[in-house]
Amino acid sequence: MAMTMTQKILAAHADLDSVEAGQLINARLDLVHGNDITTPVAINEFEKAGFTEVFDNKKVSIVLDHFVPNKDIKSAQQSKQCRLFAGKQGVSHFYDVGTMGIEHALLPEQGVVGAGDCVIGADSHTCTYGALGAFSTGVGSTDMAAGMASGYAWFKVPSAIKVVLKGKLNPRVSGKDVILDLIGRIGVDGALYKSLEFTGEGVQSLSMDDRFCICNMAIEAGAKNGIFPVDEKTIAYMEGRTERPYTVYEADEDAVYDQTIEIDLSELVPTVAYPHLPENTHPASEGSDIKIDQIVIGSCTNGRIEDMEAAYEILNGKKIAPWVRGIIIPATMDVFKECIKRGYATAFIDSGCIISTPTCGPCLGGYMGILAEEERCVSTTNRNFVGRMGHVKSEVYLASPATAAASALTGYITDPRTIKEEN
Amino acid sequence: MEARGTVFKYGDNVDTDVIIPARYLNTQDAKELAAHAMEDIDADYVKKVQPGDIMVAGWNFGCGSSREHAPLVIKTSGAAVVIAKSFARIFYRNAINIGLPIMECEEAADAIENGDTVSVNFDTGEIKDETTGKTFQAQPFPEFIQKMIRAGGLMNSIREKQ
Repeated sequence: MAMTMTQKILAAHADLDSVEAGQLINARLDLVHGNDITTPVAINEFEKAGFTEVFDNKKVSIVLDHFVPNKDIKSAQQSKQCRLFAGKQGVSHFYDVGTMGIEHALLPEQGVVGAGDCVIGADSHTCTYGALGAFSTGVGSTDMAAGMASGYAWFKVPSAIKVVLKGKLNPRVSGKDVILDLIGRIGVDGALYKSLEFTGEGVQSLSMDDRFCICNMAIEAGAKNGIFPVDEKTIAYMEGRTERPYTVYEADEDAVYDQTIEIDLSELVPTVAYPHLPENTHPASEGSDIKIDQIVIGSCTNGRIEDMEAAYEILNGKKIAPWVRGIIIPATMDVFKECIKRGYATAFIDSGCIISTPTCGPCLGGYMGILAEEERCVSTTNRNFVGRMGHVKSEVYLASPATAAASALTGYITDPRTIKEEN
Repeated sequence: MEARGTVFKYGDNVDTDVIIPARYLNTQDAKELAAHAMEDIDADYVKKVQPGDIMVAGWNFGCGSSREHAPLVIKTSGAAVVIAKSFARIFYRNAINIGLPIMECEEAADAIENGDTVSVNFDTGEIKDETTGKTFQAQPFPEFIQKMIRAGGLMNSIREKQ
C-alpha cells in the first residue's frame, strides 16, 4: 500500500513492510529527548517503575534550556536532578550552561538528529526535526521515561495533509510567515493527529532555517509532526554534522492524503497572529495602530542565525522606539558567537536592544521578559495564549524576526517591507 | 468505574498554559502545582472543585505544550474526568499515561451546562446529565489503550513486557 513520508519512516522503525493510517504500532526510537522542565518528571517515573539503566545512553539527550542559567532555587533543583541523572547514566548528549542552546535549534545544529530518524521528545516543539526529513514528535514525561527504559514508543500511524508549496518568498517574508499563514487557514486543530507533509517546487527555495521554523510550529495546528522532503540543502546541512548515518525516505507518488493545500510563496506577506490563538492571523500592515511595549526575537522557532540576520538588516544603524524593550536571544552558543563575529551583537546593542544567552525564558512566561498588565509584545515565539508571557491581561503578537525588529523601531506593529536598510 | 459530580464547563482550545501556567513549572510537586490549576481562566476553580467533579470542554482540549503537569493538576485538583469534543494529541497521551480519565463526546460537551450534576460510567462510556435527564454515549478507547489502562498506565505496561 502506498505510504506518506511519515508512514514510511514509521513502518521502517516498526520493522513492518507497510503501515496505514490509524494502525497502532510500536516503533524503535533513534533518540529520546527531554529538557529541564520535563526530564525531572520523567526521571521520577523511570525510577519509580524500578528501571536503573537507559536503553542506550547515546540515544538519550537532555538539554537544560527553559530556566537556565537557573532563575530560582526550585529551577536549580530541577537542573541538578537532570545533571545527576545524566552523569549517572552517561548520557552522551547532555547540554548544560556553556554548551546548551534552545533544544530544537541545538540538536540539529550539533548533528544529534538526522534524516530518517524516529524521535520523541518531552517538549511539544520536538516536531522541528521534520525539517531534516525525520519523524519527530512531542510527548509527555511518562512517554519519555518509557522511551528511555525501552527504546520504543507506541504511535497511532497518522494520516496526512499535503501542503504543496510553489513560487518563492519575497524579501522580508520568511518561514514564519509561511507557517502563520497556514495555521491561519486551517486553524489550531486543523491538522489534529495528522502529519503536515510539505512538498512542491517551492521547497527548494526555502532555507533550512525557514524549514525548521515551519516544522517547529506544526504543533500549533495540532499536527503530530511536520516533515519536509530531503534535498541538496538538507544534505549540505547534515554533512559534517550528523553523527549517525542518515536515511532518505520519500513519499510514494500515489500516497493518500486527507487534504491538499496549495501555498504560493510569492503571494505571502509579513503576517502577525494576534492574541490569543496562533490562528488569529492578519497582515502586519494592518497593525499600524497597535502600540507595543516589548519585542522578543529568539526561541526554538526563530533564534537561528538567519533570524538574527533578518533582525540585523532592519535594526543596524537605527534606534528602537524609546518606549520599547528589545530582547534578542540567539538560540545557541554557536549562533551567539556568530552574532558577535558578524557585528550583529554590537548593532543590536547600539539600536537599544539587549542580548541574552540562550534560554526559553520569555516565550513561556518563565523569566527574562515577563509582561505586566495590559502590556503588548511582538514576539518571534510560537504561542500567544492567555497569560503565556506574563500577566493574564498582557498580549502576545506572533511574528517573524523582520516584523518584530521593524515593530521595535516604530513602536507599533509594522510591516518590515516599509523599513529601509542602512548602507 | 464510575464518577459523579458537578460540572465545570469551558470552551474550545483550552490550552496547557491556562491549565497550569509555565511560571509554576519550577516544581514537580503535584499538590503545589494543583493549587494553580485553571487559574488564568477560572480563578474560582480550585476553590470550588470537589473530588469527583467533572470538567467539560469543547474542541482541542489541552492544546499547546507537552507538559504532563497539565493532566496531573486536573487529576490532583480532584476532577474525576474530562469530557471534551476532542483532545490535543499530546494531552490525550499524557492523560492516559498518568491515569486521568478522558472521554470524547461532542453531544455531551454541547448539551451539558456549567453546574449540572453529571454521572459517568467509564466501562460503558455512558454519560448521564442528572440535571436534565439526558444521556450520551462517549467513544470507547481502542483495545490497545484499554489494555494499557488495565495494566495501570504506560510504565507498568512497559515493565510487563520486559
